[in-house]
Amino acid sequence: MAIKFILPTTLVTLLLSQGAAFAQEAAVAEAALSPTLQRLLFLAAALVFLSIAFVMGRNRATAMRNTVAMMHSLPGFHGAVAVQWGALGAFAGVIAHAITGYPMGMLGAVIFAVALALMGVAYALTTIKPDFRARTFTERSVMAFLILCSLVAVLTTVGIVASLVFETAHFFQLYPASEFFFSTVWNPKFGGGSSLGIWPLIWGTLYVSAIALIVAVPIGLMSAVYLAEYASPRVRSWAKPAIEILAGIPTIVYGLFALITVGPLLRDYFAQPMGLGDSSSSVMTAGLVMGIMVIPFVSSLSDDIINAVPQSLRDGSLGLGATPSETVRKVVLPAALPGIVGAVLLAASRAIGETMIVVMGAGAAAKLSLNPFEAMTTVTVKIVSQLTGDTEFASPETLVAFALGLTLFTLTLGLNIVALVIVRKYREQYE
Amino acid sequence: MKDMNMETRVLIQPNKIEARNVQVYYGDNHAIKDVDVDILDKTVTAFIGPSGCGKSTFLRCLNRMNDTIASCRVEGLIKIEGEDINDPRVDPVQLRAKVGMVFQKPNPFPKSIYDNVAYGPKIHGLTKNKAELDEVVESCLRRAALWGEVKDRLSAPGTSLSGGQQQRLCIARAIATSPEVLLMDEPCSALDPIATAQVEELIDDLRSQFSVVIVTHSMQQAARVSQRTAFFHLGYVVEYGETSQIFTNPKDPRTESYITGRIG
Repeated sequence: MAIKFILPTTLVTLLLSQGAAFAQEAAVAEAALSPTLQRLLFLAAALVFLSIAFVMGRNRATAMRNTVAMMHSLPGFHGAVAVQWGALGAFAGVIAHAITGYPMGMLGAVIFAVALALMGVAYALTTIKPDFRARTFTERSVMAFLILCSLVAVLTTVGIVASLVFETAHFFQLYPASEFFFSTVWNPKFGGGSSLGIWPLIWGTLYVSAIALIVAVPIGLMSAVYLAEYASPRVRSWAKPAIEILAGIPTIVYGLFALITVGPLLRDYFAQPMGLGDSSSSVMTAGLVMGIMVIPFVSSLSDDIINAVPQSLRDGSLGLGATPSETVRKVVLPAALPGIVGAVLLAASRAIGETMIVVMGAGAAAKLSLNPFEAMTTVTVKIVSQLTGDTEFASPETLVAFALGLTLFTLTLGLNIVALVIVRKYREQYE
Repeated sequence: MKDMNMETRVLIQPNKIEARNVQVYYGDNHAIKDVDVDILDKTVTAFIGPSGCGKSTFLRCLNRMNDTIASCRVEGLIKIEGEDINDPRVDPVQLRAKVGMVFQKPNPFPKSIYDNVAYGPKIHGLTKNKAELDEVVESCLRRAALWGEVKDRLSAPGTSLSGGQQQRLCIARAIATSPEVLLMDEPCSALDPIATAQVEELIDDLRSQFSVVIVTHSMQQAARVSQRTAFFHLGYVVEYGETSQIFTNPKDPRTESYITGRIG
């Protein structure tokens, strides 16, 4: 069972905001003809060109096939090789231009790409020989293409982490690391002289997430057990989608719910009567609402995992005279444990990275307190508030966002590693 | 001579299970029709017949495992020691503790070997302390002819054993609840000939204490291990009697066709 890992969305957005500026500059360079039309034309031309390349390659191979005793590959594969070389040439041309910043202008770029593509096709036509293994070549290209696609995801992750590390190092040149890690005060001032201690934020993050998990894990797990073990197919067919709808509600709606309903309710009926303060935004509000939001992550995944436990194990247990609940507790859940831990972890990552519900439910005051009815805030909220309005990455007050991001990343990564260790140790493997 | 002895011995055994006019439906499909079978105590009874003829379905009626299948409906009378098992007052959980079951595919729980065997005694509270439980586990593993192979690694997972060992572990697990009847649904179909021989030998030993009902596709196996045999065909019991009589002198032409390999 793979452990899933979520990069908090806030981090990605942070980095994209930097990238967007660069993309805008590039866009200006090609604004002569309507850019969309330009691209469509280019794409259509490329398709026509590659079709011609295919036909040329195939016809040439067919002609050769009639003159020799035996060809390794069918003519179609030789055509495919011509397409691959042509596409490679065009692609290389476009990339080379994009990297060097269009030194020859848009028209020059197109001509350059076409020339490279023609060279590719010409080369491909010379490779057509009876013993050339065009079929094997095509298979390898397919694999290379698939590897390339998966590399995009991997390299993006590497890039994000590298950029976080780099900018964090930059931050620590401007602001002492000892202050950041050991100070318990978070008080940024844009004029300078701020104290940027991370502990109030980490504490808020963990506190809110813990409450969310305390709400979501039991409810999610129990409903998963009901759906998988007890519910009739008819109930299951509408109850499961109904729970999953919870995951489709935008977090801003949850935020509103926290701000308008849950917050005042908790204040009036719990916090004030118990003398625990009179703030309507509190850790408890955000935690409860976030807990409801992550219930479907726990229940839906756990349900799938419990369903994957073989029926033979249930039969074996029931056949020994165990009750259905004994069977669930002693056989099904232990067998499903690794997957369930994975589901909980996914929920935890989701809770730690959540921003909107915290802003609206728990407020933005960085505080170190045990009182769950007090307003606190989390790492992600502070990343957002440090960058809103001012995006000049030069002062410690903005660069701290990267250090916070890296801390968050390390936190979720650490959580994953711990969970993996737990799963490996306690897993009860079934066939 | 041997057959004579068996006959006298069988005759004095009382009926352990009586089934009268049993019908089973899966939705609209009438799977078991008018089945009357008496199962004797301390005897191995084999159910043979082609695939889909209803042997396993009928076997699962005897401990009400069919309750777990929503579309399944059972009619007719099944009595174990004179008590109607489909009576609403009967708790299927207790019934299953009394009528143990071994399945076609070995299905050890994802737990240690020890915990697999201790599972039944623990949930039924059959032992008072750890020492007693240890004793039960050891004696069950011994009777399942597995003790010698696993005594040094009782905490190893049950799934780490070989297929034949797993099936003997499942038998040990089933007898640990001290059942009176042991149902076996093709217990050797996933095993190699050596493991099969071991399990068959074990079945013969178990006969001294339990009434064993075994579903099998192997007619040689039915002939080797059972004293009585029922031949199922298309949901009916075509013929039921002494194993030796069924295999040497079948009365019904369908039975003869099946055991000589012409149908099925």
